[in-house]
Amino acid sequence: MPDTTHGSHPAPDPNAEHGSIFDGLLGSDASQWAFGTDFEDPLAGVDTTIPDGVAPADLAAYCLMLADDALVASHRLSEWCSRAPDLEEDIALANIALDLLGQARLLLARAAAADPAVTPALPAGSPVPPEDALAFFREQEAFRNVRLVEVPNGDFAHTVVRLLLFATARLALLERLAHSRDHVLAAVAAKGVKEVTYHRDYAGRWFLTLARGTEESRRRLLAALQELWPLYPEMTATHDVEARVAAAGVGVDPATAADEVDVVLEQVFAMSGVERPEGAPLAGVRGRTGRDGLHTEALSRMLAEMQVVARAHPLGRW
Amino acid sequence: MTDEQPSVRAEWPLYEVFVRGKRGLNHVHVGSLHAADDQMAVRHARDVYTRRNEGVSIWVVRADLITASSPDEKDPLFAPSGDKVYRHPTFYAIPADVPHM
Repeated sequence: MPDTTHGSHPAPDPNAEHGSIFDGLLGSDASQWAFGTDFEDPLAGVDTTIPDGVAPADLAAYCLMLADDALVASHRLSEWCSRAPDLEEDIALANIALDLLGQARLLLARAAAADPAVTPALPAGSPVPPEDALAFFREQEAFRNVRLVEVPNGDFAHTVVRLLLFATARLALLERLAHSRDHVLAAVAAKGVKEVTYHRDYAGRWFLTLARGTEESRRRLLAALQELWPLYPEMTATHDVEARVAAAGVGVDPATAADEVDVVLEQVFAMSGVERPEGAPLAGVRGRTGRDGLHTEALSRMLAEMQVVARAHPLGRW
Repeated sequence: MTDEQPSVRAEWPLYEVFVRGKRGLNHVHVGSLHAADDQMAVRHARDVYTRRNEGVSIWVVRADLITASSPDEKDPLFAPSGDKVYRHPTFYAIPADVPHM
C-alpha cells in the first residue's frame, strides 16, 4: 500500500517516464514550473500616506541615506559577479547584492514620494521611474551614503570585513526602524531585517573562518580590518536629519544602536581571536561626511560606471 | 584569488543537496555543490538552490557518504519488478465512504 496520508497523489504510473528532479517542489502551480510560488509584495496593503510631524524634506533625505547605503553597497558587491573565489560564493554575494538593491529601490521610491523635489529633472516624456532617476541621474554630492560602502573592493577578506561592519550596524538600525510611524519605512525595515540577518551571519562566519584559517587568510583579514575600521564610526554617528526624524518617531538615531553593534562586533572579534582595532575615525571636511554628500573620489568613478548607460538614454525603455 | 598557497587550494568536498518545497511532503534531490564543511554546505545550498522561493527545508550530505546502487546491477535489482503491475493497489474499487484516498 502507498502512504494513504496524502491521498490526492495518484498511484505511481509504472509506465511514466522518469520525472524532473524538481517534481514535488512546485506546489500545484505548473505555470511557474522552474520557480517557487507565493511571492509577496513587501508593500501590499501598507498605508503609504506621509506621517504628520515630520518635514517632507527630512523624510526624503533620511530615506536617501538608508537607500544610498544599500545601493552603493549593492553595487560594490555586484562587482564580484564572475570573480568570486568560488561559484558558490559568487552566487552568495550576488544574492546579498540583490537583497540590498531591493531595499534601495523601495527606499528611493519612498524618498521621491515624500519630497518630489529630490528627484532629478528628466527630459519630457522620459519613462524613467523616480527611483531610477534617483539612482542613475544624481550627482555624487547628492548621494548620502556612508563612505564605508563606497571605497573600492579589495580582496575577498576586504569584502567580508566591510559586509560584517555594514550588516551589523544596518541590522541594529532596521530592527528599530520596524517600529517607525511611517508604515512604508516600517514595512521595508521588517523585510530588510530578515535579509540583513543573513548577510551578517554570512560575513561573521567568513570572518571567523579567515581569522582562524591560514596565516595568509588571517593576514589579509587583519589588513582589511585595519583599512576599513576608520570608516566604521560613520555608521553609528548621528546626522542632524537623523536626529530630527528620530525625534518625530519616523526614523532611528543610529547612535542609539551603537552599543549593541559594538557588542556584536566584540563577540565576533573574540571568537576569531582578533583584537579590536585602534585607529581614529576618518575625518570629514569641516564636519561634513558621507551623509552630507562628501565622498571619496572612488564614488564618482563608481557612479560613472553605474550610471553611464541610463544617462546616455534618458528616454530609453528597458 | 590566484596567489594563494597551493597547499590550501585543495578542492572542497562535494555535497548533495535535498530541498523540501513549501507544499512538498518530502525532500527532493536538487543538485550538488562544494563546501568546506557541513554548515557551509547548508548556507551554500540556501544561496544556490532556494533563490527562487523554492524551499522551506534543506538537507545536505557529503556525496562520498552516499552508497549507491551500481548501474551494472540494474537488471537483477530492478527488472524483476517491471512486469508486476499488480503491486499497485489499483485493482479494486474504493468505497465512497473511505476518506483520504
